[in-house]
Amino acid sequence: MDLTVNIGKLKLKNPVMTASGTFGYGEEYSEFVDLNKLGAIVVKGLSLLPREGNPPPRVVETPAGMLNAIGLQNIGIENFIREKLPFLRQFDTSVIVNFFGDSIDEYAKAAERLSAVDGIHGLEMNISCPNKEANWSIFGTDPKVTFEVVSAVRKVTDITLIVKLSPNVTDIALMAKVAEDAGADAVSLINTITGMAIDIKTKRPRLGNITGGLSGPAIKPIAVRMVYETFKAVKIPVIGMGGIMNSSDAIEFMLAGATAVAVGTANFVNPSTTIDIINGIESFMVENSITDVKELTGGIKI
Amino acid sequence: MSKYIRAKITENAPVNKGHNLLVLSPDNIQQHPLPGQFYMIGTDFSYDPLLKRPFSIFREASGELQFLYRIKGKGTERMKEMKKGDTVNLLGPLGNGYPIPGKNLTPVLIAGGIGIASLFPLAEKLSGNVHLFYGARTKNELLMLNELKGLLRKELIISTDDGSEGRKGTVIDALNVFLTSNSHPPQADSTSNFLLYACGPSPMLEAVSKFAAEKGIKGYISMEENMACGVGACLGCTVKTKKGYKRVCKEGPVFSAEEIVWT
Repeated sequence: MDLTVNIGKLKLKNPVMTASGTFGYGEEYSEFVDLNKLGAIVVKGLSLLPREGNPPPRVVETPAGMLNAIGLQNIGIENFIREKLPFLRQFDTSVIVNFFGDSIDEYAKAAERLSAVDGIHGLEMNISCPNKEANWSIFGTDPKVTFEVVSAVRKVTDITLIVKLSPNVTDIALMAKVAEDAGADAVSLINTITGMAIDIKTKRPRLGNITGGLSGPAIKPIAVRMVYETFKAVKIPVIGMGGIMNSSDAIEFMLAGATAVAVGTANFVNPSTTIDIINGIESFMVENSITDVKELTGGIKI
Repeated sequence: MSKYIRAKITENAPVNKGHNLLVLSPDNIQQHPLPGQFYMIGTDFSYDPLLKRPFSIFREASGELQFLYRIKGKGTERMKEMKKGDTVNLLGPLGNGYPIPGKNLTPVLIAGGIGIASLFPLAEKLSGNVHLFYGARTKNELLMLNELKGLLRKELIISTDDGSEGRKGTVIDALNVFLTSNSHPPQADSTSNFLLYACGPSPMLEAVSKFAAEKGIKGYISMEENMACGVGACLGCTVKTKKGYKRVCKEGPVFSAEEIVWT
């Protein structure tokens, strides 16, 4: 049985990855998950310099989901390379680093630095965080700027480059096409959907940042639809995510067109969800006489 | 080795209005909890509530874990409905717990409301050799009074906002009186022997921190924030400290009182 999938230059041992921001730098979950078994680990988003993040409360639960406004708190690229990467190098899995910048130049500098380090196998460009200031969102919502920033990063890196897309756009397939034209090896979607919640007793927003990003099962149908639309528009692989809780959800994303999937909020519900999903995909393949997991991708019948 | 375990409910009964005692019998306890540590407990039957909720360990006894909880929101409303024999998912023990005081120090525990759940095991671990200031809004919200009276070998000073039990006023008022009374002369060398431990609502913790700073007393406080993962990955439960944001689930929940930046 072949569980491997290809994303750019990477060959993943199976299609299950962790979603950036939900798995820390890997070590936080290493006592619950054998990291060797994962298709890839995608670490918390990094910037050139450390960032403090947003004031609390940063997370709040909503029906079948959660809102977060962490504000991209991170230790910075150099601290990551020095303090966190040595731990990840021990494992036989692909390490994909999620990163972002505040300008095209910063994106390129970050990508260049990360590409030069042993033990980083791929990059995921975050152009779609809903918790950044309004003018930052142009990286993920203005096709012209998206093309420029992805092109600039592509110029400085040869390793696998994934572009993480925002669902907070009118036409996500168009944005995916733009990323592809600019040289992306794959696109991942969806990032969280901008949302908000209010405490009716205090009349105050329930997040310190007022608005945040919605994740969890509540957003899954939107994510499946967007993966489906994107799959039809591009030739590069699509990595699907958004509310995946179990192997059935993962397979649903693959049928919609995902080559691989990422598990996010579900890690908080059950820290070993990723392993359960890998096992569940295997069982599904056995039960349905599927020998190559790649057969699932785009297998939807219309 | 995993801290993620299944546990059967052996008891989930009211101890007082709006408060339950949950007793869990885990498949196997891999690691014994320390006073001040917590568990994430998940009811796992639907996506709403979706996330686990953090609860301080109240007691560990004969292979069972006890949690004293206040029924406050969707998660605890759901938990209240669970019956003996039902199964929950358990992640823990998590967090750092209270540091144990040196022999020359006199621990003074300050509990507000359900904060008693976290301080009770500390009093137990110190064989009741602690002063306990226990405050609540009203008499009905004071929990485990008989157990506390049996346990404590020093003073138990109760205060309620409405005066329905003990002193009328806050625990800070009571603490002030205590430190200036005849039996506890307010000499610098005697107060400096006190070590404060506090758990309760945020305004109380802030008041304790201020009090400790004014009197020059060392204090530890157990903080609370909305939490998603419980293991330090999501950075959702941070509190502001003098050294930047720190995670309640990992660097906490117990912090030095002087470390927290109150906003």
